[in-house]
Amino acid sequence: MNKIVICGATSAIAVEVAREYASRGATLYLVARDGERLSTLASDLKARGASGVHTEVLDLALNEHHQALLARIKDILGAIDALLIAYGVLPDQQRCEEDVEATMQLLQVNTLSVISLLTLFGNEFAKQERGTIAVISSVAADRGRKSNYVYCTSKAALDVFLQGLRNRLFSNGVHVLTIKPGFVDTPMTAHLKKGLLFAEAAEVGRGIVKAIDRKKDVVYLPWFWIIIMAIVRNIPERLFKRMSI
Amino acid sequence: MKGESWGRYPKVSQQVRMLEKRQQNPFRSKEELYLPYGQGRSYGDCCLNDGGVLIGTRWLDSFIEFDRDQGVLRCEAGVTLAQVLELVLPAGWFLPVTPGTKFVSVGGALANDVHGKNHHGSGTFGCFVRRFELLRSTGERLICSDRENAALFSATIGGLGLTGLITWVEFSLKRAPGPWIEMESVRFGNLEEFFGLSQESDKEFEYTVAWLDCVSAGANFGRGIFMRGRHVPSEAHPKRSLLGRLSPKVPIDLPSLTLNPLTVRAFNELYYRKQRQRLVKKLVHYDPFFYPLDAVSGWNRIYGSRGFLQFQCVVPSSGNSRPIAQILSTVVENGDASFLAVLKEFGDISSPGMLSFPRRGVTLCLDIPFRGTRTLNLFARLDEMTRDFGGAIYPAKDATMSAESFQQYFPRWKEVAALKDPRCSSSLWRRVTGLTQS
Ligand SMILES: Cc1cc2nc3c(=O)[nH]c(=O)nc-3n(C[C@H](O)[C@H](O)[C@H](O)COP(=O)(O)OP(=O)(O)OC[C@H]3O[C@@H](n4cnc5c(N)ncnc54)[C@H](O)[C@@H]3O)c2cc1C
Ligand SMILES: NC(=O)c1ccc[n+]([C@@H]2O[C@H](COP(=O)([O-])OP(=O)(O)OC[C@H]3O[C@@H](n4cnc5c(N)ncnc54)[C@H](OP(=O)(O)O)[C@@H]3O)[C@@H](O)[C@H]2O)c1
Repeated sequence: MNKIVICGATSAIAVEVAREYASRGATLYLVARDGERLSTLASDLKARGASGVHTEVLDLALNEHHQALLARIKDILGAIDALLIAYGVLPDQQRCEEDVEATMQLLQVNTLSVISLLTLFGNEFAKQERGTIAVISSVAADRGRKSNYVYCTSKAALDVFLQGLRNRLFSNGVHVLTIKPGFVDTPMTAHLKKGLLFAEAAEVGRGIVKAIDRKKDVVYLPWFWIIIMAIVRNIPERLFKRMSI
Repeated sequence: MKGESWGRYPKVSQQVRMLEKRQQNPFRSKEELYLPYGQGRSYGDCCLNDGGVLIGTRWLDSFIEFDRDQGVLRCEAGVTLAQVLELVLPAGWFLPVTPGTKFVSVGGALANDVHGKNHHGSGTFGCFVRRFELLRSTGERLICSDRENAALFSATIGGLGLTGLITWVEFSLKRAPGPWIEMESVRFGNLEEFFGLSQESDKEFEYTVAWLDCVSAGANFGRGIFMRGRHVPSEAHPKRSLLGRLSPKVPIDLPSLTLNPLTVRAFNELYYRKQRQRLVKKLVHYDPFFYPLDAVSGWNRIYGSRGFLQFQCVVPSSGNSRPIAQILSTVVENGDASFLAVLKEFGDISSPGMLSFPRRGVTLCLDIPFRGTRTLNLFARLDEMTRDFGGAIYPAKDATMSAESFQQYFPRWKEVAALKDPRCSSSLWRRVTGLTQS
């Protein structure tokens, strides 16, 4: 596993995944919007032992860039061992309720643009007949709730899309991983109060690499979220609709 | 937002703003007072800024360049010593100096000019700093070294975060053959024996430190265990201790009763008795050797929410046990048991830092639960004694020393005051300079 592509490479979680691969001597192709943070990350990965680091500054929400991106990556890396799609945003739920445009934009970033990438790269992986496609979804995808259902929706759509893709690409020998982190201490959650349920990005990053190594289909990180979400999913809707969580 | 340091005393109200990249300029307003913040592992109020803003550096955690042949590392200021070790040890390098916890940032290690068990042979962390970038509130970015911006270089090492934000640091590492330490522990019956052991061991061992029983009076007064070690190559396979494997956490504040004179006395007795022979030799991993407390995360919560104070002084020694004996008996007589007392002789390698704490003499370190005025009175008394002995108190561990004392302990403080960034300040700085503004 030595040629890794990361979309949204400056995400705190993705950075930890990249570091793990760098220390294994991988070659990485990193895509993100912020050029300064991208070059900080590139030197960090080289110091840790990455064989090569290529960076590209790009707004991934724009579908029209995806085809050319894939072409450039193939040019530089040849075959791809793993693709991680990590970018995403946590919207202001209330703003989404008041402004339908905000909701549409969020879905474009978290969902539609990811589906565009998955379609293009999926076809490429099918041709390669090997490799891993990993996408960061969220435990939030398991149930819609009033405090952030727009975000829940954006991730739940990915979950279903990935199920189908996994099923389709299985016969091509391609591994598809759905990653479902719980609360992680990153810039995305900087405004939230940190309780006992919060995990470190480094721990989640290591968990992702392990799940890729082991060819898992779906992984909850840290593991205990699988229990919490099983309970949350099983609360009858007639009760759930009355609850505030 | 409520804020506290590792000792959980004092409590302040301050804001925390996290930096997302080192290119960002956090000094946004002309009204606010700022203080860079690392991992908050300082005990007193040097990492607090009551009424002001802390600049969080935790996300500045990238390496910039690692020269594996020369052993030189350049990294962002928020990188922790634990992260440094993970990177450099497999390449045959180790931290040139390390404090008793690896969960401190490189910026914090520089700003407190930290020392470790090898002070007698190596000096402080600041002695290994080659250069760093300092971001001033004007937006100016200065590269500081002993040649470039030399005055700011010296003012920032041990400079308590007052000269601006350190964004990255370049420092040199030391060679180490692997993670193993050959360690000897030797029991001693009193302070004279400690000084004897210390003189003898400092010549032959890179690392020396002693644990002191600071509960017992009478015949057992001043007894303890002297620990010394050196890096050795070994094929042994890392076997993590039970504590290491469990990595326990103290998730809640324990009631302040947990650590009372009785439990502390029992602990001290057990700790001393645990070692049956006078001298024990073992091969240990560097983790339990350097960082025994890191095994239990959040251990500071065992003191409850009132917190505790740490007292760390250095006093001239040259084999003279009287000052330490007097300080220790003052604590014992006050009925304030210390759970952990550490004793070590510093060497005379001087640091470039103007406010650097370590200096020739012996340093004593005690943890004392906070019990209101009674504790504050004891600390005032200890401060006075330290001053009379011609010693000094470590700002990284202090919440109580008087302005007068600080100014005597650190005669170069005015030079630092002149080089200080006008928009930087801390609770400690306002206390020890007697200034209310900045
Ligand atoms: C269990 C334990 C054992 C310890 N043992 C030792 C020991 O053996 N020897 C020793 O010397 N110390 C020891 N210490 C103290 C500790 O090493 C210091 O307090 C250290 O400075 C803490 O680093 P930090 O990253 O937590 O910094 P903080 O506590 O967050 O900050 C410390 C100071 O550094 C400044 N600072 C932090 N980052 C920056 C930056 N980027 N730019 C400018 N200024 C900055 C802050 O303003 C503040 O003044 C120990 C502490 C603990 C908890
Ligand atoms: N943190 C949590 O608690 C948590 C929990 C479950 C799932 N997740 C998911 O984990 C993933 C990573 O998040 P994180 O926690 O690591 O937070 P983060 O550090 O804030 O990362 C989010 C990343 O997405 C990038 N991004 C947003 N819009 C983009 C766009 N249009 N083009 C390119 N990049 C874009 C951001 O780049 P910029 O910096 O340039 O904006 C940022 O690097 C996200 O998908 C998130 O939904 C997080």
